[in-house]
Amino acid sequence: MSVQEVLPLNGVATARSGQFRADHLLVAEMVKPGSKVLDVGCGEGDLLQLLETRGIDGRGIELSREGVNRCVAKGLAVVQGDADTDLVNYPDDAFDYVILSQTLQATRQPKLVLENLLRIGRRAIVSFPNFGFWKMRLQLLIGGHMPRTENLPATWYDTANIHFCTIKDFVQLCDEINVKMERSVALDLYGRPVPLNLPWWVWNMFGEQAVFLLSRGGGK
Amino acid sequence: MGSVKSIPSPAISADERSHEVDHPSSQVAHFGTEQPLRLDCGVDLSPFQIAYQTYGELNADRSNAVLICHALTGDQHVANVHPVTGKPGWWETLVGPGRPIDPKHYFIICSNVIGGCMGSTGPASINPATGKVWGLDFPVITIPDMVRAQAMLIDRLGIDTLFAVVGGSMGGMQVLQWTAAYPARVYSALAIACATRHSAQNIAFHELGRQAVMADPDWHGGGYADRGIHPHRGLAVARMAAHITYLSDAALHRKFGRRMQDRELPTFSFDADFQVESYLRYQGSSFVERFDANAYLYLTRAMDYFDIAADHGGVLAKAFAGIQTRFCVVSFTSDWLFPTSESRALVHALNASSARVSFAEIETDRGHDAFLLDVPEFFDISRAFLQSAGKARGLTLKDR
Repeated sequence: MSVQEVLPLNGVATARSGQFRADHLLVAEMVKPGSKVLDVGCGEGDLLQLLETRGIDGRGIELSREGVNRCVAKGLAVVQGDADTDLVNYPDDAFDYVILSQTLQATRQPKLVLENLLRIGRRAIVSFPNFGFWKMRLQLLIGGHMPRTENLPATWYDTANIHFCTIKDFVQLCDEINVKMERSVALDLYGRPVPLNLPWWVWNMFGEQAVFLLSRGGGK
Repeated sequence: MGSVKSIPSPAISADERSHEVDHPSSQVAHFGTEQPLRLDCGVDLSPFQIAYQTYGELNADRSNAVLICHALTGDQHVANVHPVTGKPGWWETLVGPGRPIDPKHYFIICSNVIGGCMGSTGPASINPATGKVWGLDFPVITIPDMVRAQAMLIDRLGIDTLFAVVGGSMGGMQVLQWTAAYPARVYSALAIACATRHSAQNIAFHELGRQAVMADPDWHGGGYADRGIHPHRGLAVARMAAHITYLSDAALHRKFGRRMQDRELPTFSFDADFQVESYLRYQGSSFVERFDANAYLYLTRAMDYFDIAADHGGVLAKAFAGIQTRFCVVSFTSDWLFPTSESRALVHALNASSARVSFAEIETDRGHDAFLLDVPEFFDISRAFLQSAGKARGLTLKDR
């Protein structure tokens, strides 16, 4: 089942396509079968289960005890831990891919986390909600309040998302820490990829979320 | 002042207990002088015997064996009626028909540890050199010694790789020692409420228990057996102190509060006015019926010495370098004897070794004892972990 077959048939990206979330299918499609993967912030293990169906050796870290216990009860190799503090325990090159799905904006030190992802994994797959999405901009510009969307319903005072960024911001960070972007996909409000031939500012405006496949850049 | 009752004498005589020591109502593996057990203290223990129970059947390719490691005061009777106390097996919540470790699927082995007193050679056994009970002449043993003996038993049973090694507390220490010493022989490891080393606080509690035993005049420098007596008062006090560490403030409060035992008002004496006192006295006196005082000294000592990192240049991760075993580590929120921080240190070391590890902390107010109690979330996790390992191992589980 390819991503292209699945995505246009669904509504928002987090909608389920059969058993799995559309953005998870996109992430899973970026991972080569047979590889070893760490999913940081794996929630209840949906993505790990999807990866397992593709013969991928998946491990997970999850902050919430309930999430971890549900994962372990599904037979997944998941440990309770915090992306900000526990990634340092993993050795260099321990995984082929390290995935950070919709979690970057909730970390205390996103830059450090990103650096760790690409230290312990040869590649990293990072997805995050784009704060430059037109609906966000419109809510701040016209409404004059912190944006809230269907996928990000929390108010400013109880949100876990303390480090929002736009696609442009993220690309700049990748440049700054010498990270190579191997593939990048922005998904619009309906979970459809924004066409590749359009310029960056269009992505940054119409991408509701973005998924990046990253690798270590060459020496600067 | 009212009457003061001390801890009651045991209902089971020393003779009945000592019968299980040398002639256990279990299967026994004898190891003769040609197969000594090399102990960490430098002594070759020989001859020696291991008493063990098995449940279920070994499959044709010998791939479904599960070794259960018992805790400090446990024994091999994990899932059958205890021959001395007549009580159900100590882990029938986890092991047995319809349980996560079901004899229908697995060949389950549980052996009494070396140094114990339920049929494996220990300080209560007869020293063949003298014809008398070993007592304190028995060499000091360690957790690695226990595991080395278990490995000899597993060899004897013709099993190369264990599908799983499972244990809590001191049993969990043995699980970890198995993976550190024989990584290729352990396909999956379920380590519950344990640690890779015994903490200073835990050593301190053990010392308290040992001193209680030694302070009993009936102990006689460990030579009580020759006099036909047993320091049951000292051992009972040791058990009472230890039992407190297995519980939690919240659990004690919920179970007993400040409620009185069979009375309305305080008696203004040192009788067991409070239910919690009565409960502890019962725990102490029932324990001495089935346990040998010297064995208690030796086994607590073995736990004290346990420190996997120290055996690997002080770096815990080195103990697990390149290990292929699948791990599941479980801790309980209210366990202050083996707190979650200990399990987390283990998990970090396993992560650093790129081991496949699951780690769940289970919320309960029942303290360290939770691993022996009916905690459904723990059973779900154990079952799923073993099923997933079984799938990876290619075990075909029979239909329920």
